[in-house]
Amino acid sequence: MFNHFLLSLLIWLPIAGAIPVLLAGSARPNLARWTSLLIAVLTFVVSLLLLTQFNADSPIKQFVEDYQWISALNVHYGLAVDGISVALILLTSFVGILVIIGAWEVIQDKPHQYMAAMLVLEGLMIGVFCATDALLFYAFFEAMLIPMFILIGVWGGPRRVYATLKFFIYTFLGSIFMLIGLIYLYNKAGGSFDLNTLAGLRLSMKEQTWLFFAFLFAFAVKVPMVPVHTWLPDAHVEAPTGGSVVLAAVMLKIGGYGFLRFSLPIVPDASEAYAWLVIGLSLLAVVYIGYIALVQEDMKKLVAYSSVAHMGFVTLGIFIAFMLVRSGNADAAKLGLQGAMVQMISHGFVSGAMFSCIGVLYDRLHSRQIKDYGGVINVMPWFGFFYMLFAMANSGLPGTSGFVGEFMVILASFSANPWIALFAAFTLIIGAAYTLWMVKRVLWGEVTNPHVAEMKDINGREAFVLLAFAAAVLVLGVWPQPLIHLMDASVTQLVQQLGNHKIY
Amino acid sequence: MPNMNDILILLPELCLVVAACLLLLLDAFMAPARRWVLHWLSIAVLLVAMYLVMAGQPEQSISAFNGMFVRDRVAEILKVFALLATVLVFIYARPYLIDRKLYVGEFYTLTIFAVIGIMLLVSAGSLVTVYLGLELLTLSSYALVALNRDSSLSSEAAIKYFVLGALASGMLLYGMSMIYGATGTLDLAQLHTAASLHNSTPNLLLFGLIFMIIGIGFKLGAAPFHMWIPDVYQGSPTAVTIFIGSAPKLAAFGMAYRLLESGMGDPSLAHQWQQMLAVLAVLSLAIGNLVAIVQTNLKRVLAYSTISHMGYLLLGLASANSEGYAAAMFYAISYALMGTAAFGVILALACAGFECEEVDDLKGLNQRSPWLAFLMLLVMFSLAGVPPLFGFFAKLMVLQAAVHANMLWLAIVGAVFAIIGLYYYLRVVKVMYFDKPVEGSEHKPQSDLSLRLVLSLNALALLVMGFCWGPLLDWCKSAFPAV
Repeated sequence: MFNHFLLSLLIWLPIAGAIPVLLAGSARPNLARWTSLLIAVLTFVVSLLLLTQFNADSPIKQFVEDYQWISALNVHYGLAVDGISVALILLTSFVGILVIIGAWEVIQDKPHQYMAAMLVLEGLMIGVFCATDALLFYAFFEAMLIPMFILIGVWGGPRRVYATLKFFIYTFLGSIFMLIGLIYLYNKAGGSFDLNTLAGLRLSMKEQTWLFFAFLFAFAVKVPMVPVHTWLPDAHVEAPTGGSVVLAAVMLKIGGYGFLRFSLPIVPDASEAYAWLVIGLSLLAVVYIGYIALVQEDMKKLVAYSSVAHMGFVTLGIFIAFMLVRSGNADAAKLGLQGAMVQMISHGFVSGAMFSCIGVLYDRLHSRQIKDYGGVINVMPWFGFFYMLFAMANSGLPGTSGFVGEFMVILASFSANPWIALFAAFTLIIGAAYTLWMVKRVLWGEVTNPHVAEMKDINGREAFVLLAFAAAVLVLGVWPQPLIHLMDASVTQLVQQLGNHKIY
Repeated sequence: MPNMNDILILLPELCLVVAACLLLLLDAFMAPARRWVLHWLSIAVLLVAMYLVMAGQPEQSISAFNGMFVRDRVAEILKVFALLATVLVFIYARPYLIDRKLYVGEFYTLTIFAVIGIMLLVSAGSLVTVYLGLELLTLSSYALVALNRDSSLSSEAAIKYFVLGALASGMLLYGMSMIYGATGTLDLAQLHTAASLHNSTPNLLLFGLIFMIIGIGFKLGAAPFHMWIPDVYQGSPTAVTIFIGSAPKLAAFGMAYRLLESGMGDPSLAHQWQQMLAVLAVLSLAIGNLVAIVQTNLKRVLAYSTISHMGYLLLGLASANSEGYAAAMFYAISYALMGTAAFGVILALACAGFECEEVDDLKGLNQRSPWLAFLMLLVMFSLAGVPPLFGFFAKLMVLQAAVHANMLWLAIVGAVFAIIGLYYYLRVVKVMYFDKPVEGSEHKPQSDLSLRLVLSLNALALLVMGFCWGPLLDWCKSAFPAV
């Protein structure tokens, strides 16, 4: 019965919910906290409702809402979801609850503004995953930057101003060229921003190439890919824990999602022609950034670089599909895309969990330097358990979600070119090296720092957050089938679209 | 001989003229303590004029006084928003003026005369009316800038404005004389016909055009004719800056439209001025955005930001088609709303003995008054063109117009400078939200209720318009029916 406005509800519930949270004011922080938790939980419940109502066997976009927004420009308020979107929306609303619980006592300075920014951010991110109108997509895509800018800038670390300005300007720089590209497409399509119309448009190779690079730039910054990844370590290091979690768990996925929604259907020929470039950059991210992660002294920076490396698998999986589908190997192409999607969801959980763990440590010692720790397992056994689990997932241990996506992408790339698979598989070694080495230095050994000896184990609130992440990581690792089934029809359709030549 | 009909067409303007004279008289005979009557009467008069403009709007374009004065949709929209902006100016300016002992009747009368100038200018049907309206507007503005007689900064700004303004008026007049020489008419509609009769554009006409573009560039404050903007913005009392930064921008757009499209809109000539405007646009974008980065004075930042915004407006004008004009008008309206809100926040923060002129004066504003900080945040992101705020959609429209008019490169330049411009808007947000308040800067913001209420509405409108910009766009488009 809600179906015709379920998506709008998902988007606007958290955004509108930010208003009472703000009104609670700094004088009543607990009211603000409980209200925001209530709203986040409600949003999650609505997204579960979406999941139960969603028909995963159909590739057709569901829960369509389509209203004329600006008639003079033929802009629509168009929302709809397919399996890919549903998976990402679930991830967003799930993480949305955990960041609010995670920030409960940690954020003491103006908690109502923090919580409100988080809720607005959540609504806007869900909006990105639902939009079927390119201008609406762009509006959500950019509006997201405002709350994130505030989150990093107000509650961040010592170099937060530098980091947040870099983050904002970098992302804005990437996307403004996409805007020009979209305006060009709008005129080409005779006045429509509808993504389906744009996907059906015939474009010459020259046009496709320009548009491809406009899209690539926008989404490569967001993913982020080498060499435009440099904002990410800064932003992660300086962001408050919740900001890092949202950034890593959801915001980076929007880059990958953008490739699926824009680059692939709209400019498939140029995407195919330049697939080598993206694959090359992805491998560079996997191998080279992996090595960079190895030498980091700062835990957050290390996980940030590991995010870049892991997101390399997402772009690899997406673009390897081109090499495969044009050589007639549609099954392997599908495997690659599925792998990319599973990797996105899995990385959402794993990186969110890693940043939450680092947040737990930081709240106690106010340091993120690896060398300040050592022997943490002696004083925080429960924490050590979770930290070890997520580290294993981060290095791609079978049985955790980290393994599934990477394995699928490696399998798919093996069908395309064994060399690509070889380089991609390096991650299993490098990833294990940097993650486990960090764990070794933080968890194991003797307690050398007297402050570490005074640290208390996780409390119920932190345990809840980590437990939720752990459950997600393990369930997805052992039983990924529901997720794959959820996205199966949409991915199959996407693979068919890849095969369409659009050049006239 | 003017008949009754002509008078009726001119009713809103005449009403304002009479009201301005009466207000002047009233001010002379009223105790200073009762000046609030004058304040609210002025606002009422503007609102009445706004009502007359809208209520008496004819379906078709009509003209009065043998075509000297045109009343069409373009004039209607520009007048409504110019009057609206002036109402906002009056409300925001009052507490500031009281604190500075500048709360005098001249402020109201001069501003109303300037508004009459704006209304004549946007309704101009002949070169004479253009000049008449322009002079009425600028002469009143010179006096307003010098309102604070004892301030040397203010007097310097007024002199600078006057000298440069007189030069620009001279240029414009010189251009008009050449055009009159080439075509033999002052009427804009006849000019349009006369200009199209020539097979090749005569040099005299071309020269006249160039001088006219200089005059327009000066009025808009487009680079390289922007020199007066930063000094005048900084030197004027903020209560006057807010006026200069809002309603006259609408007038400048109206003037450019009347002269270029109504008068010189023949394709052969349009082709010429399109290129000139494109150059002005690129220069304004570059100078406005780059120089703003190094400014530390908030009013100067906003002054350079104006220059860059006029660059975007010119992108729309340079398209030289109905879509472009609608986009440029849409942009001018959005800018007028953003400009009043931006200076409105400054006026709300400036109390007795504290000007709030430096960017650093906003340090830690989120701690001191979170609501004003939030309003300023909306204004800054809107000026920067970040969705979902109004400013983004205004930029979208001019970029779309440029792309549609096959000027993709111009749109790309516009986009690049949007990124550069982002920096200094973000810096203001940074100062308000991320920095700690400076010791001893606990100045109380103005507590005037009408100011706080209307300012909140004004800034929130930037957010609301981000969702409901369709009707305004439709209205702007209806003023320029596609040929």
